[in-house]
Amino acid sequence: MSITATDRLGGRSIVFGDDVNTDVIIPGRYLVSIDPVELGTHAFEPLGPEVQARLKESPVVVAGRNFGCGSAREQAATCLIGIGVKAVVARSYSRVFFRNAINTGLVAVECPAAVDAIQEGDDVWVDYEAGTVTVRDATYPFAPFPPVLREILEAGGLVEHLMKKFAKEKD
Amino acid sequence: MGKTFAVKALERASGESDLVPGQIVDAYPALYMSHTATWRCIKTWERMGEPELFDKDRIAMVMDHISPAQTSKIAGDHRLSREFRDRMGIRNFFDVNAGIAHVVLMEHGLVKPGDLIIGTDSHSTIYGALGALGTGVGFSEITAAWVTGKLWMRVPESMKVVVQGPLPEGVYPKDVMLKLIGDISADGATYFSVEFHGDWVESLSTSERMTLCNLAMEAGAKNAVVPPDAETMRYLVEHGVDLDTVRPLHSDPDAVFAREIRLDGRSLEPQIAVPHNVDNVVPISEVAGTRVDQVFIGSCANAKYDDLAIAARYLKGNTIAPNVRLVVTPASADIMAKAAADGIVSTLIEAGALITNPGCGACAGSGGAMADGEVTLSTANRNFRGRMGSYESSIYLSSPAVAAASAVTGVITDPSRVLV
Repeated sequence: MSITATDRLGGRSIVFGDDVNTDVIIPGRYLVSIDPVELGTHAFEPLGPEVQARLKESPVVVAGRNFGCGSAREQAATCLIGIGVKAVVARSYSRVFFRNAINTGLVAVECPAAVDAIQEGDDVWVDYEAGTVTVRDATYPFAPFPPVLREILEAGGLVEHLMKKFAKEKD
Repeated sequence: MGKTFAVKALERASGESDLVPGQIVDAYPALYMSHTATWRCIKTWERMGEPELFDKDRIAMVMDHISPAQTSKIAGDHRLSREFRDRMGIRNFFDVNAGIAHVVLMEHGLVKPGDLIIGTDSHSTIYGALGALGTGVGFSEITAAWVTGKLWMRVPESMKVVVQGPLPEGVYPKDVMLKLIGDISADGATYFSVEFHGDWVESLSTSERMTLCNLAMEAGAKNAVVPPDAETMRYLVEHGVDLDTVRPLHSDPDAVFAREIRLDGRSLEPQIAVPHNVDNVVPISEVAGTRVDQVFIGSCANAKYDDLAIAARYLKGNTIAPNVRLVVTPASADIMAKAAADGIVSTLIEAGALITNPGCGACAGSGGAMADGEVTLSTANRNFRGRMGSYESSIYLSSPAVAAASAVTGVITDPSRVLV
């Protein structure tokens, strides 16, 4: 998946609390895979099938503080992509999860005001270009990504970004 | 205005000068570590068209999380890693017999003060025990570093943690860290470079400093560091490092710390992290008597030689409680050999311990799983729900002393209450 600067990402949201850790997002026993779709079937498995079913219908994951704390496992981001998540909106992230999100092409924005406003199931839209999160009729700004991170996101992740760069250098 | 350690280390790694916190720079690490994620890096490198490596001698690989292989899939992943090693001439390769990556790299003289080191493991903060800036990244970033030699890094603010000692009998660096994490919470140090200062910190061995820097990650730290000193140089020499190649970095006396925390360890009780978060910390008196089914002494936080020696002190001449299984997983082969040579291993076995091969073991879910409703008391660094088997099991975290004393009684026990 790669996004363009004009993409508006969103849809129905699923809401989690603070300190959602990587063992909950994707248990260690499934790290033998790097296939996003296969990983996606195990995303949030510790929270049970009802949560997993809702996640499947929710392109926007909403969370409190310190989302993705714990392990450096990149599959915590790729499993979300695999199950169809388009964006994460949280109060804050663990630093490794944030890096992994950018590097796998998953839009992860910090927007506490939007998190305050969002109710489970609300339609939430992230406007990457404008730097806003829209919840029902209200719009909340978030700090724009630095240029180097935008380049990686728009390429669809770090590896894709490098591959495009190498291809360009060959031409 | 003075500079912090982190600013200096990133200036060195980027070749830039006058960096300030918040800036994003291209930094060139001295070492890129991949553990069991190595095969994922190789697959990613293949997908990129197998580009030339920037500097193969900066690549380090350690097969630690699932060792030896438990399935043919994992055996294949290990084989892929060995084939890559042979094909590309990777010198710093450690196989399933070596132990936990972090400890193994330090024991083999691959971590030096002032270096920037990245690893596919969140606990890469541990390299600060030798004055390096260590931080965790995903496997795509390690693969990118193999090829480009660099990664983007945000220059962090710094946090100063000053600990006052000495600690009471039976209280250890692990207790100090659990107390700190409980106080500032699991994101209290997010994005910060954490520096440990004070007389007590200076008095610690490198092994004890590893416990501090390792656990700082559980408060969200980007990296953690103990300023390198004579003890650091002693460790480096002991592990074959030529001191002429060492250029330590220290924060300037007038460096600005965005946050400063003082922790008085002099009257500290042993601390316990209770399920299911590492910052869910209570003094042991609040949970003493809690039944345990399994005790795990392992992980990069607390399975070093001194940790095993402390456990042996409490277990010598004792037998573990019926219905308790005690699993001991030394952090490295060197540690295991030393503990075997001086009788620690036999003391543990005689008390009823199951000694496993060195590595991450039960902490990473490789062996030592729990059934529904079971409880493990662990010396590791994480107690997340479902990390060791059933989603309906519980993990408590403690020092090796509490773990050993509790294995004897079968319930969470203050080590000062067990005769030694």
